[in-house]
Amino acid sequence: MDKLLIKNGIVIDPLTKTEVKRDVYIENGIIKDLPAKKSISEKYGVKTISAEGLIVFPGLIDMHVHLREPGYEYKETIKSGMEAAISGGFTSICCMPNTNPVNDSEEVTRFLIDKAKNLALINLFPIGAISKGLKGGSLADIGKLKEAGAVALSDDGNPVEDSALMGRALLYADTFNIPVISHSEDIKLRGKGVINEGVISERLGVIGIPSIAEDIGTARDVILAGYYGVKLHVAHVSTAGSIDIIKRAKKTGAKVTCETCPHYFSLTEESMLDYNTNAKMNPPLRTETDKKAVIEAIKDGTIDVIATDHAPHSKDEKDDTLDAAPFGIIGLETSLPLTLRLFHDNKISLIRIAELMSLNPAKILNISRRGSVSNGYIGDITVVDLNKKWQFTERGIKSLSKNSPFIGEYFKGKSSFVIAGGKILKEN
Amino acid sequence: MSFQKKDLISIKDLSASDINYFVETAKEFKKISLKDIKKVPTLRGKTVVNIFYEPSTRTRSSFEIAQKRLSADSLSIAVSQSSVVKGESLKDTLLNIEAMKPDAFVIRHSESGAAHFISKITKASVINAGDGINEHPTQCLLDIMTVAEEKKDFKSLKVAIIGDIYHSRVARSDIYGFSKLGAEIYLYAPHSLLPMKAEYGGGKVFIAKNMEEAVKNADVIIMLRIQKERASYYFIPSIEEYRNFFRLTPELLSKADKKVMVLHPGPVNRDVEISGSIINENKTHIFKQVENGVAVRMACLYILIGYQKLHG
Repeated sequence: MDKLLIKNGIVIDPLTKTEVKRDVYIENGIIKDLPAKKSISEKYGVKTISAEGLIVFPGLIDMHVHLREPGYEYKETIKSGMEAAISGGFTSICCMPNTNPVNDSEEVTRFLIDKAKNLALINLFPIGAISKGLKGGSLADIGKLKEAGAVALSDDGNPVEDSALMGRALLYADTFNIPVISHSEDIKLRGKGVINEGVISERLGVIGIPSIAEDIGTARDVILAGYYGVKLHVAHVSTAGSIDIIKRAKKTGAKVTCETCPHYFSLTEESMLDYNTNAKMNPPLRTETDKKAVIEAIKDGTIDVIATDHAPHSKDEKDDTLDAAPFGIIGLETSLPLTLRLFHDNKISLIRIAELMSLNPAKILNISRRGSVSNGYIGDITVVDLNKKWQFTERGIKSLSKNSPFIGEYFKGKSSFVIAGGKILKEN
Repeated sequence: MSFQKKDLISIKDLSASDINYFVETAKEFKKISLKDIKKVPTLRGKTVVNIFYEPSTRTRSSFEIAQKRLSADSLSIAVSQSSVVKGESLKDTLLNIEAMKPDAFVIRHSESGAAHFISKITKASVINAGDGINEHPTQCLLDIMTVAEEKKDFKSLKVAIIGDIYHSRVARSDIYGFSKLGAEIYLYAPHSLLPMKAEYGGGKVFIAKNMEEAVKNADVIIMLRIQKERASYYFIPSIEEYRNFFRLTPELLSKADKKVMVLHPGPVNRDVEISGSIINENKTHIFKQVENGVAVRMACLYILIGYQKLHG
């Protein structure tokens, strides 16, 4: 019998909204109420770790990750992505379907799940495609995807342009109670844009992506979900405009949730000034006003989830002009420390972080028995040292790709233990 | 009992006693089809015109046979060989035939409201043989007749209607018909093929959470045909997916009431909406429905043209 005791940590439980110094006991991968004192000892096969002075979170869940396997293993494999996730403090990740072949079938979903099972590291929850081949022409076999183990549907990378297809996808997915994650964008408005449209795109002389491309896309998707009365999760929200739309939709009772990514509350379009392709992503880094709106929305609950949109690209691909380099940055290893900055700056509480990075993703994706440190929940735990000072270096990156705008930055706070299903995967 | 309207356009417009009147009359007419000489002189000297703007096997032959057995003079216009292909409008086609003094029109049209539209133009009776996605009243009457042959009290019946509810004129007529007689209706379909609101004039109509809830203890299960085109307009991903999740299987059927009746308006896509084995093992009432269809159509012609006797 596998028994693990995490002693003397401050346990953050978002389900009960409590922050209490206590021990956490995991038996056979499941969190259990503490047994009688005398039976908790090495003698009875209980492994003990000390979390004195540390914070015990429910295992962090990143619901928006691009693993590049199958098809683009030179950027990232399931294994390297998981290692990056463990390094960043995650016990569960959800992988987007834009691989090759696309995950629009039960075969690819099963491949991902089997591969993850064999690696026996953290949990992998695949996200299936909304449309066949991500082409926006017809629905993927959504029932079969769900049956095979997909937890959500998304054509992330591109919007579902055809409103009729998007509407019926929402309805059809609702039949199977599988959530739809929208990449909300008016793609014609994005055009050939590469960074946010504004002062900086003008100064650099590159084509801009107007913020309203996101706002209009968000408005459409939110209206569709509201009209049909079905659930929708909006991915990577980056503009004040789309936050406003989502906030208003929530007030009218629409079943809409959304996520933002750490870079949208950490950086602005100013990061593009030296044509930095490692800060090129879509949606692009926005203005100071947008950044402030994102932080405000994290505080007031409009934003439900912090996800990374971890998008690995090789050095050669990023070593190009701003126009030619692909969109996307890695994020698994900087997500928690960037979010902890919001805590250190007194903007959000640790309980709020546990909601944003664990409980809410589990709820939105109907992942049962995860997202809380409670009796009967699965033994996924992230133990964090809030005060550990460290530097994020290229050499330290576990991901196969190194495309991050945060290389060289100093952080305060890092995961010190990562435990998935009662198994210690990281210890330092 | 009597029926005072000139036309039969929709079940929505009928009362429960109207429905019973049609069904009771049909039961009488059913006897004619069981005789050695299947013909009565009831509609001798009456002219009925069948206009089918859509392909149809069952409904059209059923109406034609009904007319012959009642000794009416009938004429069927297949639209592909008519002036419609030369661009004549529905109204002009009707006015021209109207000039030849028919007593009744039977019309099938791909556009919803077509039967209603022509009923305003002509003095003759109009029988709706299916208009677009709207209604198919004679199908509903024959479904009710088929069920009434085995089930006495409709008030305690659970009727499941499963399939492309949104595009089905059969579903719409059956929902009105069965619920007017007091049955509880459970609808199930992919949510992309359900109506926005399940409100049918006060009937007890519910949307089931899944196939199992729909068929559990059901007394009647009406399966609807899924058209292959639905996949190209995003309503469903594929026929394979439909087969996997929305087909009536023997296993599901076993959860229904022991004396469940399985109906299907035809044409059937075997092993898409219903397992072929359920049909092969004679567990459906499909052929009973077709048989009763003739009787129902005889009753409709008799009742409507009879109306003209009183008021014409």
